[in-house]
Amino acid sequence: MGPRIVRRFVNEKDRRDLLINQTNFPQIKISDELVKEVKNICRGVFSPLTGFLGQDDFTRVVEEMRLGDGQVWPLPIVLDVSEDEAEKISDGQKVLLKDSQGNLIAEMRVAEKFHYDKEKFCRGVFGTFDPTHPGVAMVNRMSPVLLGGELSLIDFSRDPFSKYNLDPIETRILFKAKGWRTVVGFQTRNVSHRAHEYLQRCALEMVDGLFINPVIGEKKGGDFQDQVILDAYQKLIDQFYPKNRVIMSILPLRMRYAGPREAVFHALVRKNFGCTHFVVGRDHAGVGDFYGPYDAQMIFDRLPGLGIQIMKFEHSFYCPKCGGMATMKTCPHNDHDRIKPSGTEIREKLIKGEDVSPEVMRPEICEVIKECDNPFFE
Amino acid sequence: MAEITIKDEIYQKLVERANQKAEFSSVQEYVDYILMEVVKKIEAEEMGLDNDNAVEDEAYSKEEEEKVKERLRGLGYID
Repeated sequence: MGPRIVRRFVNEKDRRDLLINQTNFPQIKISDELVKEVKNICRGVFSPLTGFLGQDDFTRVVEEMRLGDGQVWPLPIVLDVSEDEAEKISDGQKVLLKDSQGNLIAEMRVAEKFHYDKEKFCRGVFGTFDPTHPGVAMVNRMSPVLLGGELSLIDFSRDPFSKYNLDPIETRILFKAKGWRTVVGFQTRNVSHRAHEYLQRCALEMVDGLFINPVIGEKKGGDFQDQVILDAYQKLIDQFYPKNRVIMSILPLRMRYAGPREAVFHALVRKNFGCTHFVVGRDHAGVGDFYGPYDAQMIFDRLPGLGIQIMKFEHSFYCPKCGGMATMKTCPHNDHDRIKPSGTEIREKLIKGEDVSPEVMRPEICEVIKECDNPFFE
Repeated sequence: MAEITIKDEIYQKLVERANQKAEFSSVQEYVDYILMEVVKKIEAEEMGLDNDNAVEDEAYSKEEEEKVKERLRGLGYID
């Protein structure tokens, strides 16, 4: 048996009752990013979690990267509230979580509320308390009390991109229907350039199926719009990948830039989707110089029996002398011979209306980007 | 905890290997891990899975599976 997939949905009758009688319960308004966490918990993406972490789990995750029962779990998934909000809620009480527009998202049985040490949180998870680290900045913005307790989903909507938004139970059934016994998960936040494609093809040489799983969510200025990422990948799949060997589904998720810990988190999430392998490149989920280039790969050496095999890759590039894509492991030529895809350079060229070299990005993918009125976040 | 007797040369080999692996704090921990891995592999082979990492069956009913397949067909993921 693979890992049990959590599915926590309020049944139809209770859902109707809650929608009618919602004013009978305390309500907490949560951010769009927290809505994603709630849905990921209830839809099994974060299995084995069944709710927001309580104090024991939280402490052990921060200090040891494990849940209270010993299972590896690298990131604290928590609900933060103000002192005022916390005071209005008692342990054991049912509360309703609403999004920023006031839509009912989930019910939560609050098991406990507790304070936490932000510095300990950050040093444990991010390895730093430097406020310029985006994960640390996120924790610094959090409210002082955490609520732990089980969740059940009320809002079943899968917008945006519902066609591409599959649950773990669905991808598992899909992989089985395709006859795939081995599946490699590929995490991305970008339109695919040649280096991404090279890694995907290398990985696909070794397994039955490729699961492209773009992270959809909070972006920074200059990042590609989610729609462009999906359109570009769809083009790649339709025109350049073998039929029935590649599937794409999105992952609405908040990035924490926790480097090695986040790489483990990403791998566990893909295991839940049914992947048997996961690609981890250099500096996976890193930011700035906070982590060493191989930290996110080496952490897996300390975690035997994780249940998913990690495919570790170097950065790849086009080498005119080799006449193809390669990595430092396979190319003997000098660094200045190599054409390395750079997200920043690609973006600058596209903004200026210039052509991107076909060795860096397929012309068909460039066309998809150019067809979009505003391909980048501002 | 049960005890099992093994040959000295196997034990020495395991000690050497355990000492090279920073992630194991004792030979016992390393041996437990190795044995579990072997058992998992044998079980996978017995189930007819020819790869250590083959996707394993999930506990869901036939009815649920059909419902999901219907959605996947509707979305164009399967024919």
